[in-house]
Amino acid sequence: MAGKIANIIVAGLGGQGVLKASDIISEAVFLAGFDIKKSEVHGMSQRGGSVCSDIRYGEAVFSPMVPEGEADYLVVLSEDQVENNRHQLREGGVLITPSMIDENKLTNKKSLNVALLGVLSRNMDIDRSFWLDSIRANLPEKIHEVNFQAFEIGRSIGN
Amino acid sequence: MKITERMLLSGNEAVALAAHNAGVALGTGYPGTPSTEILETFADLGGHAQWSPNEKTALEVGLGSAFGGGRTLVTMKHVGLNVAADPLFTAAYTGVSGALIIVSADDPGMASSQNEQDNRHYAQAACLPMLEPSDSQEAFDFMAAAIEISEQWRIPVLLRMTTRICHSKTIVKPRPLPPPSPASFQCDIQGRVMIPAYARIAHKKLRQKIKKIAAWNETSGLNKIVEGDQALGIISSGVSVVHAREAAPEASLLKLGMTHPLPLESIRCFAEKMDRCLVIEEGDPYLVDAIRAAGISVEGKDDMYRFGELNVNRVRRIVKGDVSQETPPPKGKPPQLCLGCPHRSVFEILRKLDCIVAGDIGCYTLGVLPPFEAMDSCVCMGASIGVGLGLRRVLPGEQARRVVSIIGDSTFVHSGVTGLIEMVYNPPATGHVVIIVDNGTTAMTGLQEHPATGRTLDHQPTGKVVLEDLARSIGVPNVHVIDPSKNQDQFEKILRESLQKEELTLLIARRPCILAAKKIREYEKAAEIAECECCAEMEE
Ligand code: SF4
Repeated sequence: MAGKIANIIVAGLGGQGVLKASDIISEAVFLAGFDIKKSEVHGMSQRGGSVCSDIRYGEAVFSPMVPEGEADYLVVLSEDQVENNRHQLREGGVLITPSMIDENKLTNKKSLNVALLGVLSRNMDIDRSFWLDSIRANLPEKIHEVNFQAFEIGRSIGN
Repeated sequence: MKITERMLLSGNEAVALAAHNAGVALGTGYPGTPSTEILETFADLGGHAQWSPNEKTALEVGLGSAFGGGRTLVTMKHVGLNVAADPLFTAAYTGVSGALIIVSADDPGMASSQNEQDNRHYAQAACLPMLEPSDSQEAFDFMAAAIEISEQWRIPVLLRMTTRICHSKTIVKPRPLPPPSPASFQCDIQGRVMIPAYARIAHKKLRQKIKKIAAWNETSGLNKIVEGDQALGIISSGVSVVHAREAAPEASLLKLGMTHPLPLESIRCFAEKMDRCLVIEEGDPYLVDAIRAAGISVEGKDDMYRFGELNVNRVRRIVKGDVSQETPPPKGKPPQLCLGCPHRSVFEILRKLDCIVAGDIGCYTLGVLPPFEAMDSCVCMGASIGVGLGLRRVLPGEQARRVVSIIGDSTFVHSGVTGLIEMVYNPPATGHVVIIVDNGTTAMTGLQEHPATGRTLDHQPTGKVVLEDLARSIGVPNVHVIDPSKNQDQFEKILRESLQKEELTLLIARRPCILAAKKIREYEKAAEIAECECCAEMEE
């Protein structure tokens, strides 16, 4: 993807794991050797309000913010946040939402965000091992297994 | 944080890592979004970092450390620099023996602040060098450069970051930095005691110094040119640089790293070569005004782009001269007090009693939103008490008796104490009621400690300011401590009575923040165990 920048936005509500999910994506991309910038706004937004995080990667990334309407992938962690974020997606971009996951399959519902990353990972050209390493690095050990499973559930969607 | 060759770091983490690699002896500050993680990361890396009660104190402690020859880092958010402005301006006169780096983390767009002031003006007003990184690598490099400049010129240096630099993660290749000289006191009465006779000399010296730094900055290597077309030249700094590179990749770019004092000759030289020269900057027209004042003709942005953050699309519009209305993004869900937040019951009662509420800065500011809508003012840290007292002074008795000031524990220690002293010293005829909503932490910025928690930045036990004892000792006649969630009725009863009393009352509504409660218990337990072991040792 020489010269091309991939744009990802993760959106949801404060406290839902938006920042964690974007950390996991960023680190996977970082481990894969790309230039990467991740950007988010903390603060007031963390008290249950809308939050979103931008990730951009490619050969050389300048602005850390995804330009409006240019997201290739939009991952929304909360169904009621889809409408107010849809405008971020470019035409033909990929929207990933909780409705794609059968929650009953998850051992722990809190791993929903990682399951959605599984769905995302199918669209991205990042080796699976980097994803797993990143999950390992960003989550406490006792929930590694649950999240690996969640990731695979997401990754199998569309198969 | 494990230090590797290539790291993915936020700007805040990069500053902390540079401070660590440079052997910074002391980091002080007051937590404030987006600056908070700098000191926390510095402490994680093994550096000595501490929270001060407020930014003024942090800067004063930092200044002492730098007088002693230590490398020192002081961090705060933009509005924090207002609090620290008093020592800042004179620190520019006294200069330092070691290094003193003051981080101002500005918040264009006000993601979590009460204003969007542009602190580049402080560099100019106080006459201090200022560096502006545009990503995490530069946050690392500029922190290192700032230390060098501070030591070379014996002057405090401002490192100005913004939300997008502080909280964006980008790739950093860290490197070792030259070690500091050992700290040691050298007497310099003329240089450090700013009585008018010495201050007059110091002011002249400072102006000479900054002139020399300006000349040095022409070739300092902190400002870079990215060659491009001469049809369009862009002059920019901070995060605007990267937006500009993306929005107008073909343009020539002069990227300013040190934005005070400005390298005006380099700017002149660059601008003259361009058919069109445009200044792209976030916030106030700081650069464009200074460049034009030097007689260099450049184009600036329309005033509509003075508000909020810039981004690639907005820069594209500025380049095109597009001043048509921007489409506002769809509204998201606003933040709220957490379910089970101890502040909730306090606001319910304030609303029920129809109080006029002078508010303050913290989680509890969210009490202004529905369903509570129980806050009538919020200005700056500590203002609730003063504003409440002012309202009590002028309002007719009936209304005056409804006025209540509400302030958090961390905010109270930051700058509420003087307000409380004012209340004892100049009590209004109707008395006054101050409520400290004491949740045992600095919740808004991510659960930091403060002097009234009795724990240091890394959660170790230390001296504790007991708010009720403090209030009694300065002469507040009525002091009550109540758990507002458990004893809601009692809280309401005491508040009602206090409002009728025409006396001064301090009500401490004490119950830990639900996000902090578990951790607080853990720290307390750890402290108890440590104490027991200490006794056991003594008995042995
Ligand atoms: S973080 Fe703590 S103090 Fe802030 S709203 Fe939540 S419970 Fe309340």
